Amino acid sequence: MTLKPPFAAYRCPPAHFDETFLADGSPRPAWQSLITTLQAGGADALLRQADTLRRMVEHDGVTYNVYADPKGADRPWSLDPVPLILSADDWQCIARGIAQRAQVLDRTLADLYGPQHLIAEGLLPPALAFGHSGYLWPCQGVTPPGGRWLHLYAADLARSEDGRWWVIHDRTQGPSGIGYAMQNRRLVSRGLLELFRNSHIAHFTDFLRVLRDSLTAMAPVPPGEAPRIVLLTPGPWNETYFEHSLLARHLGFALVEGQDLTVRQDRVYLKTLQGLQPVHGILRRLDDDYCDPAELRADSALGIPGLLAAVRAGKVLVANGLGSGVLETTGIHGFLPAICERLLGESLELPSVATWWCGEAPALEHVIEHIDELVIKPAFPGMSPEPVFGHRLNATERAAMVERLRATPHAFLAQEWVRLSQVPTLQRNGSLAPRAVGIRVFALATPEGYVVMPGGLARVAPQSDDDVVSMQRGGASKDIWVRSEAPVAREALVSPPIAPHELIRTAATIPSRIAENLFWLGRYSERCEAHTRLLRAGLNRLSGSDDEGMRASQSLARICHALQMLPQESEADDEPARLPDDADWLAAIFDGDAPNSLLANARRLQRAGGQVRERLSADNWHALNRLPQVLEQAAPGIGGAAEALDNAMLVCVSLAGFAMDDMTRDDGWRFLLLGRRIERLAGLGALIGHFLANPPELRDGGLEWLLEATDSIITYRSRYQRRPEMLPVLDLVVFDRDNPHALGFQLEVLTRYLGRLGRDFGMRFTSDPAGLLDTLRRFDPTRFHNLALLDEAAPGGAPIEALQAFAWRAQQLAFALSDELSLRFFSHAERAVHTAEAA
Amino acid sequence: MSAPTRYFVSHLTEYDYGRPVANGRHILHLSPRSLPWQSVLSHAVLIDPGPSERQAGVDAFGNPIETLVLSHQHSSLAVHARSWVELAPRPSPAAKASETWIAVREGMVFRAGQPPNAAERDAARYLFESRHVRVKRELADWASACFAPGEALLSSVARLNARIHAEFAFDPEATHVATPVMEVLKTRRGVCQDFAHLMLSALRSLGLPARYMSGYLLTTPPPGSPRLVGADASHAWVAVWSPLSGWVEFDPTNGVMAGMGHITLGWGRDFGDVTPLRGVIYGGGEHTPSIEVSVVPEADYPALFGEAATRLAS
Repeated sequence: MTLKPPFAAYRCPPAHFDETFLADGSPRPAWQSLITTLQAGGADALLRQADTLRRMVEHDGVTYNVYADPKGADRPWSLDPVPLILSADDWQCIARGIAQRAQVLDRTLADLYGPQHLIAEGLLPPALAFGHSGYLWPCQGVTPPGGRWLHLYAADLARSEDGRWWVIHDRTQGPSGIGYAMQNRRLVSRGLLELFRNSHIAHFTDFLRVLRDSLTAMAPVPPGEAPRIVLLTPGPWNETYFEHSLLARHLGFALVEGQDLTVRQDRVYLKTLQGLQPVHGILRRLDDDYCDPAELRADSALGIPGLLAAVRAGKVLVANGLGSGVLETTGIHGFLPAICERLLGESLELPSVATWWCGEAPALEHVIEHIDELVIKPAFPGMSPEPVFGHRLNATERAAMVERLRATPHAFLAQEWVRLSQVPTLQRNGSLAPRAVGIRVFALATPEGYVVMPGGLARVAPQSDDDVVSMQRGGASKDIWVRSEAPVAREALVSPPIAPHELIRTAATIPSRIAENLFWLGRYSERCEAHTRLLRAGLNRLSGSDDEGMRASQSLARICHALQMLPQESEADDEPARLPDDADWLAAIFDGDAPNSLLANARRLQRAGGQVRERLSADNWHALNRLPQVLEQAAPGIGGAAEALDNAMLVCVSLAGFAMDDMTRDDGWRFLLLGRRIERLAGLGALIGHFLANPPELRDGGLEWLLEATDSIITYRSRYQRRPEMLPVLDLVVFDRDNPHALGFQLEVLTRYLGRLGRDFGMRFTSDPAGLLDTLRRFDPTRFHNLALLDEAAPGGAPIEALQAFAWRAQQLAFALSDELSLRFFSHAERAVHTAEAA
Repeated sequence: MSAPTRYFVSHLTEYDYGRPVANGRHILHLSPRSLPWQSVLSHAVLIDPGPSERQAGVDAFGNPIETLVLSHQHSSLAVHARSWVELAPRPSPAAKASETWIAVREGMVFRAGQPPNAAERDAARYLFESRHVRVKRELADWASACFAPGEALLSSVARLNARIHAEFAFDPEATHVATPVMEVLKTRRGVCQDFAHLMLSALRSLGLPARYMSGYLLTTPPPGSPRLVGADASHAWVAVWSPLSGWVEFDPTNGVMAGMGHITLGWGRDFGDVTPLRGVIYGGGEHTPSIEVSVVPEADYPALFGEAATRLAS
């Protein structure tokens, strides 16, 4: 059978299983329709799809942080448009084997932290438990809620030449990948929508609901309390943080860091704006060792001091159980068949790759003798992680390896070198080439037993001769389509109905840290918006050459200097101030290293958003990510800058829209709005204060840009139909209480917000916008009647000076309010954590 | 055979945090462990300020522990442990019938079909790397001079014990609590914890189970000087496992076997398992604790603490 593009050059290397084609070159039945579709579209269609995928990945902000990458965080997730298809038969055998394996590993943990029969009966060498840094002695004797240790389990599988699936790794601590698998499914199925709908592919959207329901059902909840489960993350720097926030959003769990939780009387509490709220379950993505600095690693501030005490007291469910990382050793593989017989009375269905743990003398000799056919790996995680292929060692390297093996045999193991099965993977030129593939599949504990997610995450090797698949090494991922014989009915896994008290209690408890980040999200979005308007007004006036234009440019430049958006003027001489040139303006927009450039603020905004990502809608999150992008990707020159500012303004406006119309109106949202209002009050105060400080001739020339910068030009024109004049402009941007860009408006809205916040939290603010609002009301507008006298001394000061003082007070009030909110709501507990040991 | 002897031990740790601490959690390994040759006659720990929570328990190695939580603001913390213990001589190791060290090592190697017995399972806890103990070829090579093939276990360990005492300088300035063992091997100086960790590393690198002993040592004041309060320190030594004799204790800091002056708090894989006082606090500034330890024989007690308090001893 001849293959058409994009398969024209597809040749599976010998001695490897071909996932797609049979030996005679005909497609495997499960792949038939996909191959037809791909051939109909050809290389162009595939490349277009890949392009769309890349864009969507970027839009969704799907990232995978690579620790070693000096550019640091947030490498875009790499996704191949061609899914890996598994037949119903293949899948059945995998699913059965994985469910059993999860069960046997769970019982093994219960034994290791309990009676240790496996060790006493010689079924498991003590070295594999006690020699593993993941065996946590403080957890000895713990009985977790329901006796369950392993709630979420993942296995990495590979297929050998003979078509059998083998387990390569067990992931027992906090396996990652479910969120990425969900995202892959969403994106890849969209690209192949028709095919996907007609192919009877198993859905797995219910998997997360089952996870949520199972954890909720198993968590120890005292009578009368509504269950609260949280997702514990190490924070935004973790390689899979994207997934943590995605899962938290889908599961409806609060995404928390260690500092958000505290332990009192052996119970875990969430620190919220409303005070301490009990927590009954923790789905953790934090490694065992880091979870409790009081008893485990002392040098970690990520954990929760006292968590272990709460676990021992049976007052909280931790999934997976603390200490479950001890099974992340391939050394146990060779012992699992006998362990399975002993613990479950069954034979192990899904084999592990043939594994020799060198701690056994005969195994060590076997490994040394057959080193060419084996892959040598450290027995325990956290040692040198790279597997070594025996056949790639030269004589010296081999001798050195043998010496290492003999010195600490229990720390090494060898696995049969599995030639990984091959799957078509898109190349740059639009053709499909075979690449080694491995899959990660997931199981979760329910009160009725383990359930396996139908699908998973496939990963392909970056190079054709590579037999290691790893995202850290730059491979791509694939969606996995599990075919079923019959049309797929959506699983109907029924959750228990929600009780009335759950409705009320789970509604809105906001961790203090989240409220703080939302507050700053509000402040930075408003700051970006205000700066964009001001910068746009600046670019608009670059070409002005007549006197009036010059005066406008000059007054605007002075203010941008004063606001530190443009570099500081030299103070030494009285020379007429140099007008900023193109380069100055471009730097004020694009220079990410200048502390107050638009780009720098856009990045701060993005960072603050990243901290509260699970509370933002996907669209809102796109918009946040787009802001730095439109600046970074702008065309060169002033033209490009103007266009970039227009685009930036569109993003800012949509962010403002999201704030008003896209978010649940809970306490977190109130802090976001407070942030926006306080920032606007500070910004307007500064802008108007600096504006009034101009000499009279510059003041008049600047009225138009002042209206532009405060987004009030339309209102002005509709009211007055004439060129800007001092009195009506000041009325509009200072006194008007209907103009959302007026000082008066901010004061009025803030008075309302703070009044409500004070009532809800039983507190009074010492910085009170109502007082300033009073001052504003008492301002006698007739004082401004005679424009010629604005700067003349008068009882109570020159009118301009009085107004200027008012603007400064507004700015100071904004700063004071920000400080007061921080002190009252955000500094819930001291951040600084010290651990100490005394002999 | 010496007669049982009674000691008073006072161990005072004081933190002056400088800035207020909002919340603190501490785990104490400050209660002497009851042993066949060591009875705890009385024991009390005074805490100032009074903790919000306090709970006694036993850790995974069988040592008595206490957990303290201070959830109110405080800017200092004093933990004062006071104990009366009575020591009898430890059982002597089975003399000449001692097994070779190679046999002990081989006995700890896993073999299919030969399950480890209870004593071997207990010993296996102390056979591998832990936070402060390294297992390295380099360490095994360094120790091998004391471990000739065919030699008896205990005489080989005694040679290592003597060698550390002879070749390493006791220098309280040289180290802090967590000096890496390889650095101690290089600089040849340290304190008792360092020598214990070094000896443990050497023994485990040879494949021999050995555990960290935490406690106190009775010191003798210089000739002519009176015993002073607070002049002592906590002490550390090691115990090596022998199938015939059980755990046999060596003190590499002093080049002796543990004897009538070695009072045991507890044991673990290393210092990290039995840190006398370990804590996490929120807030506070830079601080170093001040520590005062006194180990006082019953006879000297009245002279130091006055007649009134002798009641405890009688």
